[in-house]
Amino acid sequence: MTDMTGPRGPKPKRVFNSTNIMIYGTLFIVCLYYLLPLYVMIVTSLKGMPEIRLGNIFSPPVEVTYEPWVKAWSEACTGINCEGLSRGFMNSVRILVPSVIISIAIASVNGYALANWKFKGSETFFTILIFGAFIPYQVMIYPIVILLRESGDGMTNVMQMFNPMLEWMGFEGFGKIRLMGSLWGLVIVHTIFGMPILTLLFRNYFTSVPEELFKAARVDGAGFWGIYFRIMLPMSLPIFVVAMILQVTGIWNDFLFGVIYTKPDTYPMTVQLNNIVNSVQGVKEYNVNMAATLLTGLVPLFIYFASGKLFVRGIAAGAVKG
Amino acid sequence: MTHSVQIKNLDLSFGAVKVLKNLNLDIAEGEFLVLLGSSGCGKSTLLNCIAGLLEVTDGQIFIKGENVTWAEPSERGIGMVFQSYALYPQMTVKGNLSFGLKNAKVPKAEIEKRVARAADVLQIEPLLNRKPGALSGGQRQRVAIGRALVRDVDVFLFDEPLSNLDAKLRADLRVELKRLHNQLQNTMIYVTHDQVEAMTLADRIAVMKGGLIMQLGTPDEIYNRPDNLYVADFIGSPSMNFRDGMLENGVFKSGDLTLPLIGYDFIDPQTADRPVVIGMRPEHIVTGELVANAPVQMNVTVDLVEPMGSDTLIYAAVNGDPFRIRMDGQARVKKGEVLAIGIDPSRASVFDKKSEARL
Repeated sequence: MTDMTGPRGPKPKRVFNSTNIMIYGTLFIVCLYYLLPLYVMIVTSLKGMPEIRLGNIFSPPVEVTYEPWVKAWSEACTGINCEGLSRGFMNSVRILVPSVIISIAIASVNGYALANWKFKGSETFFTILIFGAFIPYQVMIYPIVILLRESGDGMTNVMQMFNPMLEWMGFEGFGKIRLMGSLWGLVIVHTIFGMPILTLLFRNYFTSVPEELFKAARVDGAGFWGIYFRIMLPMSLPIFVVAMILQVTGIWNDFLFGVIYTKPDTYPMTVQLNNIVNSVQGVKEYNVNMAATLLTGLVPLFIYFASGKLFVRGIAAGAVKG
Repeated sequence: MTHSVQIKNLDLSFGAVKVLKNLNLDIAEGEFLVLLGSSGCGKSTLLNCIAGLLEVTDGQIFIKGENVTWAEPSERGIGMVFQSYALYPQMTVKGNLSFGLKNAKVPKAEIEKRVARAADVLQIEPLLNRKPGALSGGQRQRVAIGRALVRDVDVFLFDEPLSNLDAKLRADLRVELKRLHNQLQNTMIYVTHDQVEAMTLADRIAVMKGGLIMQLGTPDEIYNRPDNLYVADFIGSPSMNFRDGMLENGVFKSGDLTLPLIGYDFIDPQTADRPVVIGMRPEHIVTGELVANAPVQMNVTVDLVEPMGSDTLIYAAVNGDPFRIRMDGQARVKKGEVLAIGIDPSRASVFDKKSEARL
């Protein structure tokens, strides 16, 4: 007979022990700290101005109104323009989509080449590329202004050589091509600035794909693009999602490049938001400002909520192997 | 004899590290050649060179009499099977098998025919529409072999194909590989560090060390007449018993041990006296009633007994040197017992102490 009186089976756990209280207590306080401003913003955006003037920022709205949201989206004025944030939103989308697609397309091929098709000096090339991630933006702002201006002029000269032919064929010739101040200029800037980190991400991911798979594909007669499109691409969906999240949030939240490299009609949403909130004329419409801010933050917020798990997984996959 | 694969003066270096050194190897049509060696000996590197996955530093590679040194892997008429299977995870088994053929722009009907034939040979028809993730290790390895099979290649290259399988499956698939070779009669080059695989599968074994081929010969030659001390030590488990001593007039002398080498087949019958190393396989040492017939007899004390079922390993000491003896599995020997053993010098191997070459 075995002794059945002593401890047996799983050790009982107490729910309220000091460790749990510490952990959950801290988490609760931190959550409160982070969520309080959000609460204030949402509440304020749903109040009318008279209610806000009462000065009680934490109290919930007595009379819920959606008018500030409508105003922020389609009526708020920046300078002489009174279309609200909607134009900025469209600009941002028009900047975002090509930037994300182009930068990911180039960076994934870069990373694939650096991981699987090592050439003489590929490591040096990679080091230089990564070094680019550590150069402060401020150093590059003015040189890029010049670059965009000059390359716009250069492209104008090249493209206008085709004008006689185009006109002869009945089409309209090229006018002056401007990169500086145009959406495409900003797309180019975002693509270039995304390159180091994205290439690193893709290279690390492709390095973790077993080398034998790559060898087998070569024996099977697949070439550089064959292996990329038929073997690597279908295997690396998670890392593409991660790259997309990084780029979408990064480019959407960008303010600096937007304000420097575009003009008032091509300002992205963030710049327009700033102009609405910081306008010095008239009454400060806190409710409209809050609504505008929330509207601008919606896209990254949605991306994070929709892809939280994938994001973590991809970052982990990309970061572990060097 | 026609040569299927010829390797001439092959050199390969990674920077300053010379992995393969002036290597020459001729492989006959339909031969099963095993490259055997411990890790880092260059056997996989050699295979990758033959496959064209590594650029050689110097030398030439011929397949079917054609110089393929600069050819792409897919142009060499080779199929390769990897240790990790390397199946394309997002494709079905059928997709895996036909990927190479699609790249080679083989007509669709022909692809169907070849996939069906390979699936039949390897008995993987029920798996054709599954993805590799839903297969067991043995099934995956079969598909990997099938991928080489469909391409109708002249030469199969195997890079430790069975190392990721469990022991039982490995033994099964080993027999199946042998059967496959008998059926197909293709040239096969097989890399392994497992000497059982090498002994059982090979027509010839190339034992490699440090980028050099230490001995190239049939399994029988490798086992019974190792060319040098390294091969003698590497082949056989438990490994050979070695003992340093002097060769004097056809008699091996070491301390108070004298062993007349009666019946030993010297390469050069006029071998002069010199310091030598003698090697005796544990399984060539006889015990029991056979001792009476052995040319040389002696007594040893048992230190340790390892019963393994099929046979029993005895660890003894001869003049203080460890000495292993392999006995029948039913032998009942106890620690401390004095055991009479018999040695047949004709089955021993004698090596020069300095050059480590067989005498």
